[in-house]
Amino acid sequence: MASTVLFPIFYLTALGIGVGHLVNNHSGLVQGQTYLHFVAPSLLATTAMQMGESESLWPVLAAVKWIRSYHAAAASPLEPEDILIGKLAWVATRAFATGVVYTIVIAAFGALESWWSLTLPFLGALTALAFAAPLVAFAARAQSDGPFTVIYRFGFVPMFLFSATFYPVSVYPGYLRPLVQIVPLYHGVALARAAAFGEGSLGAVTLHLAFLLAMVVVGVAWGRHTMRRRLVD
Amino acid sequence: MTGDPILEARDLVKRFGEIEAVKGVSFTIERGESFGFLGPNGAGKTSTMRMISAVSRPSSGSLTIFGLDPNINGPVIRGRLGVVPQEDTLELELSVRQNLEMFGRYFDLPRDTLHERASELLDFAQLSERANDKVDDLSGGMKRRLTIARALINRPELLILDEPTTGLDPQARHLLWERLYRLKREGVTQIITTHYMDEAEQLCDRLVVMDHGTIVAAGPPRELIAHHSTREVVELRFGTDDHEEHHERLAPFAQRIEVLPDRILLYVDQGDDTLQEIHRVGIVPASALVRRSSLEDVFLRLTGRTLVD
Repeated sequence: MASTVLFPIFYLTALGIGVGHLVNNHSGLVQGQTYLHFVAPSLLATTAMQMGESESLWPVLAAVKWIRSYHAAAASPLEPEDILIGKLAWVATRAFATGVVYTIVIAAFGALESWWSLTLPFLGALTALAFAAPLVAFAARAQSDGPFTVIYRFGFVPMFLFSATFYPVSVYPGYLRPLVQIVPLYHGVALARAAAFGEGSLGAVTLHLAFLLAMVVVGVAWGRHTMRRRLVD
Repeated sequence: MTGDPILEARDLVKRFGEIEAVKGVSFTIERGESFGFLGPNGAGKTSTMRMISAVSRPSSGSLTIFGLDPNINGPVIRGRLGVVPQEDTLELELSVRQNLEMFGRYFDLPRDTLHERASELLDFAQLSERANDKVDDLSGGMKRRLTIARALINRPELLILDEPTTGLDPQARHLLWERLYRLKREGVTQIITTHYMDEAEQLCDRLVVMDHGTIVAAGPPRELIAHHSTREVVELRFGTDDHEEHHERLAPFAQRIEVLPDRILLYVDQGDDTLQEIHRVGIVPASALVRRSSLEDVFLRLTGRTLVD
């Protein structure tokens, strides 16, 4: 719990205030916001992503291969789908609770401008699920953790850095923007910003929500299949 | 044992791609008995166990558990079973008690029932003093006892144990056997797989011997031994790598001879007498021992191999 509270404070201070000081004095406002206001919501989205991924890769492989606790659960009346849904419900709950903490911290830094901010914990949970669902499905069929490291280095780290998290997407030249827009984290970040500032067209918000929901739906469908194959054969 | 069988299997087959792990096995298990599957590693025992615990679907054949079809009533059947897997599969970061209570939730048992039952089971497993310790801190024997206790949280009618004492020291094994006897007296039907013949002989009312995915013999341990072996066995070792050279001159002394890499087995009715005769004609082995026939001898007779390679 302590790290859940301290982390946002560290990031917001270093980036929002530290880097923000630089940005505000040299570049002026970012899309009409101080840098702190601009970057705070994206930190919520990225934390949600990190929570989704950390719960979904190694812990799931351990549960199906090394410690095999999912196999023990499969010997009870539970079906593989129940185990999957239980896992995802847990991820969503954790992400929601973390989102609540983040929202309070961001509000304390004065970076929230809209009542839509109350939806931030829900958006955090959705973002976490959007990552967790396909990753759990993937981990359930993995035979080793080698691919996980690859996913981290070539998936999450670039996403964290380049999804308009630290700068607006307008920084990218026109031909690169579509590439950013298919990245899941971009949608989580965009939604979090929309909620924090109370901005964003209905069409855009719907698109972002739909993208994340689609990831959840596809991930769950795939996960039902891989969990069943792994646990029940 | 009277009444309907608790489990009936006919021609069960389990295929994994090209490999047929179980090639058509049939057996019936009566309520209240202890039934064993004896065989070496790779015989198909675990695959069979997964089918009869309504987890793995048979590739073909029919299976009835508690009179129900596992393809249709899997969850109901699993709610009345207890499964002790080969690996412990415990949540290492949780405490002993938490492992029991968490698992009990999978059966939809209410929390106060769970709390009570966990206390009973902690007693049964002699783990009450370690109730709040992290499972990671327990010894191998304690983890095994916890795994068995966990399998009992739903008061199962049928307990399935896959290699329950593999890797345990003799004291831990005997404690476990004692607990299984106690459960048997309480009427819990038990299905046990093992590659230890002493375990099979001690625990099982009836057993089947499996090898390469098929059943090669079935019946009560004593009967199997009487049918497939003599009363006693004389084990002789000579200081050599090849015991085959002694085969011919020892043959007249026994009803049957088995030559293994490290010893010769003479199957006779009176081992001490046979040993005396051998000495009398001047054959002096490096070491000799006389023992009763066991299920190991039955397995050797039926498959030409020992249970433990």
